[in-house]
Amino acid sequence: MMDTLLSLRAACAAPWGRALLQDINLQLAPGQVLGILGPNGAGKTSLLNLLCGATPLTAGEMLLGNRPIADWSIRQRACAQAVLPQQSSLNFPYTVEEVVLLGRTPHATGSSVDREVLAATLEATDTCALRQRLYTQLSGGERQRVQLARVFAQVWRAQDAPLRLLLLDEPTAALDLSHQKLIMESARRLASQGSAVVMVLHDFNLAARYTDLCLVLEQGRQQALGSAQEIFTQEMFREVFRVEVTVNTHPALDIPLVIQ
Amino acid sequence: MSTISAGSPPVNRSARTRRVLLALYLLLPACLLLALSSGAVMLNAGDILAGLVATLGGGDANQATVIIGQIRLPRALLGALVGAVLASTGAATQGLFRNPLADPSLIGVTAGASLGASLAIVTAGGAISGYLGFSLVSLGAFLGGLLTVAMVYRLAQSGSGTSVATMLLAGIAVTALAGSVGSLLEYHASNDMLRRISLWRMGGLDGANYPRLLIAGIVGGAVLLALPRYAAALNAMLLGESEARHLGIDVDRIKWGLIIWVAVGVGASVALAGTIAFVGLVVPHIVRLLIGPDHRSLIPACALAGACLLLLADTLARTVMAPSELPVGVVTALIGVPFFISLLRRRYQYGMQ
Repeated sequence: MMDTLLSLRAACAAPWGRALLQDINLQLAPGQVLGILGPNGAGKTSLLNLLCGATPLTAGEMLLGNRPIADWSIRQRACAQAVLPQQSSLNFPYTVEEVVLLGRTPHATGSSVDREVLAATLEATDTCALRQRLYTQLSGGERQRVQLARVFAQVWRAQDAPLRLLLLDEPTAALDLSHQKLIMESARRLASQGSAVVMVLHDFNLAARYTDLCLVLEQGRQQALGSAQEIFTQEMFREVFRVEVTVNTHPALDIPLVIQ
Repeated sequence: MSTISAGSPPVNRSARTRRVLLALYLLLPACLLLALSSGAVMLNAGDILAGLVATLGGGDANQATVIIGQIRLPRALLGALVGAVLASTGAATQGLFRNPLADPSLIGVTAGASLGASLAIVTAGGAISGYLGFSLVSLGAFLGGLLTVAMVYRLAQSGSGTSVATMLLAGIAVTALAGSVGSLLEYHASNDMLRRISLWRMGGLDGANYPRLLIAGIVGGAVLLALPRYAAALNAMLLGESEARHLGIDVDRIKWGLIIWVAVGVGASVALAGTIAFVGLVVPHIVRLLIGPDHRSLIPACALAGACLLLLADTLARTVMAPSELPVGVVTALIGVPFFISLLRRRYQYGMQ
């Protein structure tokens, strides 16, 4: 297994002339879960867009599996990498099954494999009961879980690609507590099977509980990178988020607990 | 956000899709038979069979075989092809624009073709009669349609690709421009030309003959074979353009390819049968309500349903006021508009938003 799946060196992005991201340095190994945190407008989604190829790199270097990002074709990337955007504009009455199966578009693995992946990802997102309902008639949280099932389906099988990267923009934004837990555990399970996961999060306690690494952005610059334990300090919250918090230790787990 | 999850019924699509496709496969020959038998002279099954045999070079010629072979058969086949092309390009356009209310005329092809035809009628003036004249008008319409689409596509291009939203706005602008230039031409046209222009615009299959059927067969056949190859890409594009790109779809290439096929298909249809309203809008809409938006079955089902609808509309156009005829475009609009309005009012029930 390779040691670095994704690597950014002095990466900058300026899609509209103004620099949105400057000097980002990051190494991600297979099996790692990275959380991107930061105040509103700090560049979290811009970083995700840079990672997924929606905005080009303007300076620096970005390697995916030791190959420069420009060497990857659209199709190769789609086999290796799945992206959950913050919002979906789907307004055609697909059934839930049909939406999830769209995640298999880049793979030519045949319908029986696709059906197995469908069943597993519906399970992983608690959407089995919705499988024949119309996507357009679901609630916000249900839609979010269906979209998650779709991106899980795209990178579900290790044998479909040389490496796997899952990019999620606020995956738990519309979810209730039990589904937040379920989705995070499903993402962690994909990581334990060799995929790397990057997610934009707003909830520090979720980040502390489920990520290996956290990257804190402020005005497009990388302010901190490390485990939640290392970087979740009162000073960091004061400087970056301009808020006074208490950082305790979780009563049951050896992780920080952020209390406002 | 509307949350009606608790009440909405589950949908079992694959079985339903198979049933609908089977029904359409059976409906098409039935519509064809109806079109061949009805008209100013009603013919029975025996006459139709004799007519078909005679057309293929056997049997005796009589009045019935001439009606079938020379008039109704080319007209019915042309109608079926045009209907199939209009409906399947309509489905592709709605998928491309991610808007169930889109229609090929949005990208300017219909307006451009109308202008091209008007231009041909006005410039050719008195020379425009008989077979050559009609071909000239058709050619003008076809070229006009293609040129307008090329213009719309150019306008929507920017450094970062082609924006479908800009294409839509450019389509509206170019349609308006073509319309006003057309009005200018009409203002200076003679009474006779005006009548030709307006009749041509209403659409009609009355000029059907074998040479035209051959052109329709080649162009329409190519379009009908090409569009299903875009089905998987269109399915992914309904999620959004960036989502489709993340699913490995080369979105700009797909857009460009689809626009070309839609322009060629609709341009040829307008050139051969005038503007026939609402087939490209209403048929995909109805079929989607029945079998859902999966383009792998939607496009073939739309082709079949479009062929049936245009055959029925043309049969009506020929028979309601027999022996005189209504333009088929008027009939499709008269059926299509009320139907479309009722769909608009009830679309929430079908999960359309």
